[in-house]
Amino acid sequence: MNYSNAEIWFTILTLGAGTFLLRYSFLGAIGSRPMPQWFLRMLRYTAVAVLPALAAPLVVWPAATHGQTDPARLAAAAATLIAGFVTRNTLAAIVAGAATLMIGFYLS
Amino acid sequence: MTQDSNAPSRRAAAIEASRARALARSPMQSLRHGAIQSLPFLLVMVPFGMLFGVVATNAGFDLAQTMGFTILVLAGASQFTAVQLLTDNAPLWLVILSSLAVNLRMAMYSASLVPWLGGASQPARAAVAYALVDQTYALSIDYYQNTPRLSVAQRLGYFFGTAIVMCAAWIFFAYLGATVGRAIPDSVPLDFAVPITFLAMIAPALRSLPHMVAATVAVIVSLFLAGLPAGVGPMIAAILAMLAGSATEVWQMRRSGGRA
Repeated sequence: MNYSNAEIWFTILTLGAGTFLLRYSFLGAIGSRPMPQWFLRMLRYTAVAVLPALAAPLVVWPAATHGQTDPARLAAAAATLIAGFVTRNTLAAIVAGAATLMIGFYLS
Repeated sequence: MTQDSNAPSRRAAAIEASRARALARSPMQSLRHGAIQSLPFLLVMVPFGMLFGVVATNAGFDLAQTMGFTILVLAGASQFTAVQLLTDNAPLWLVILSSLAVNLRMAMYSASLVPWLGGASQPARAAVAYALVDQTYALSIDYYQNTPRLSVAQRLGYFFGTAIVMCAAWIFFAYLGATVGRAIPDSVPLDFAVPITFLAMIAPALRSLPHMVAATVAVIVSLFLAGLPAGVGPMIAAILAMLAGSATEVWQMRRSGGRA
């Protein structure tokens, strides 16, 4: 790294302030003003839209394998999804995913 | 889902009972309940937090800088993005923009909490904003949607219960990772804690066709746009996925003659 201590702290503080403003944006500025129906309808799908979008590239092209698709990680992701869908339980999904990943590593 | 609501099943009775319990909780009890319900997430928060401490320290950040990221930014994915890009000696403006792009979803979380927490006081909303991470959001919005008649005080209680456990764990274990975490063997695939958490959080929420359509669109578009700079592809994919989910909902509503 070729940054001074001040440059790193500038990055940390800017990122911290920017992230807070993103989180505060609607909650802080809009308050309890009513919002349009179509907007509320879209927001129902925030979590199921954002998290899979973030996870998908990490699953298919993991940084740890330098972007090489890894059968053990694919299987772990599939096990997480299936267990979570069937049991409706986040913990069961995590355990299933971690166990599958460990078995996959052991086999490879 | 229609079958569920027509024929009163054991599942419907269980949901009704859990609603009654949620409504009976005082704000303090709601806080305790939120804290307890977030405990399973420690299974991923602990390795994930430690991983950040280990990665940042190995990249050459000192303890104060590592903890500065952890406490002031308090957002795992974007902290990893920033550390990665700084390690690559990227220009600072690109580091900041990319890491903020990863956090753009927080604005959507913020917006989706307005109907539930918009009536809270200014300081309370600022405190919620500080602690608004994937886990506290996912747990809370699920709790609110399951029992829509909760009071604002009960909702805040639950949120802060999840926030205390999640944020304290994130900060403490990042510290632990930065100080003693070098002992973790390289063979442990800690990197996969991130996608596993994300998938485990959404899989139980795939309870209707629009939810499934949204998730599918998100995955396909995000993979298709993977070549774009960090954070941009998932952002576009998420917006299209939300549109697809709400369009499916409207289509379903029309087909069943206005009944949701």
